Amino acid sequence: MATGTWIDGMEPAVSVRNALLALLEQGPRYGYQLRAEFEDRTGGTWPLNVGQVYTTLSRLERDGLVEGRGADDEGHVVYGVTRAGREEVAVWFGSPVPRSQPPREELAIKLALAVTAPGVDVGAVIQQQRTATMTALQDYTRLKRHATGDEPGEVAWGLVLDLLVFTAEAEIRWLDHCESRLRRAASSPRSAASVVAVDTDAAHQGADR
Amino acid sequence: MNAVLELETVTRVHGEGQTEVTALRSVSFASYACELVAVMGPSGSGKSSLLTLVGGLDSPTAGVVRVEGLDLAALGQKGRAAMRRTSIGYVFQDFNLIPALTAVENVALPRELDGAGSRSARRAALAALEEVGIGELAKRFPDEMSGGQQQRVAIARAIVGERRLILADEPTGALDSETGEDILRLIRSRCDGGAAGVLVTHEARHAAWADRVVFLRDGVIVDESGSERADTLLEHT
Repeated sequence: MATGTWIDGMEPAVSVRNALLALLEQGPRYGYQLRAEFEDRTGGTWPLNVGQVYTTLSRLERDGLVEGRGADDEGHVVYGVTRAGREEVAVWFGSPVPRSQPPREELAIKLALAVTAPGVDVGAVIQQQRTATMTALQDYTRLKRHATGDEPGEVAWGLVLDLLVFTAEAEIRWLDHCESRLRRAASSPRSAASVVAVDTDAAHQGADR
Repeated sequence: MNAVLELETVTRVHGEGQTEVTALRSVSFASYACELVAVMGPSGSGKSSLLTLVGGLDSPTAGVVRVEGLDLAALGQKGRAAMRRTSIGYVFQDFNLIPALTAVENVALPRELDGAGSRSARRAALAALEEVGIGELAKRFPDEMSGGQQQRVAIARAIVGERRLILADEPTGALDSETGEDILRLIRSRCDGGAAGVLVTHEARHAAWADRVVFLRDGVIVDESGSERADTLLEHT
């Protein structure tokens, strides 16, 4: 399944660190449990490997935000949150995710270059992306049809899915916008030749217009 | 598998000479039972023309539209009207309910016009209202219902009887996003239950409920997503 742009832009270290800390605030857990709960809440959208979990835990421990609480009966090392860790979670929930630096967005970069590069069929670039994003959107919607329960875990996963749906939808709207903007540019007398290629049927909306 | 709906190189030209506009050019596609197809395109792409042709409200300049194997043009005005009462259900953006009739009367109307006894028409209408989840509103008039409820009545009217083709023209246009989603769920479940559906929309989020999405630009199908397109093409050859 294709992933949305927000996901590519998500800073893994920060988001995983804060998510694990927030889970530990609900009670002591060991590494496998943390991974399972993270994936359950987010529907496995961003798979974590257990190595990543333990690396993150040891950094959190180094920073004094979590502490080892010994091993359980089966020998799993259990971690709990410290007072400083609790404060960190409160700060996380109490502040917005920074939006100052837009994540590097391959699609925007690709289109920006396609529009200015000679000989690229921008219309085809847009349509091929629209089809791919639409297919992803259909997949998310199919998953959504089955995620209708009101259990907190299901609601959490449903909300993550909604974000994927809205992100894909926004991308398609943006592509539609690009297409009509480029058509308008192509029909103006000062248009660049490469932009005209946006038309799906150049025969009936001649480039000479 | 036989197509419930089939368009074979359909072209529709409005006007002539200087003011000639080609709404659709050589469009071919098919829609099958248990399948919901979305037709997506900006305004002026020809998507509404396509739906009026498929609903037998207009005739193509060239090409053939078949519903359940019957050429709509060959049926004549009367035959097409009968087809709309018995085989084709139409859901509009603005509901198109008759204000002076209650919900159940609105839904029963097509069956009554088709010559069904009023008692059996009413029974079928109540069943359809139950199916869309508003059986208890049967006696309300349209202006006593919310937009979402009115659209449910319109859907009940579109599915009453054994109609196998449901056409929806921006059915969620006037509704908030959650109510709109309920409406799509309803159309979707009707298709899962055996109907063929064609949904015309400019909203990607709504088109995503379909099994296949057909992209229309300037009257031409430019692409298709989420399909076993090869199968569809094979049916045509």
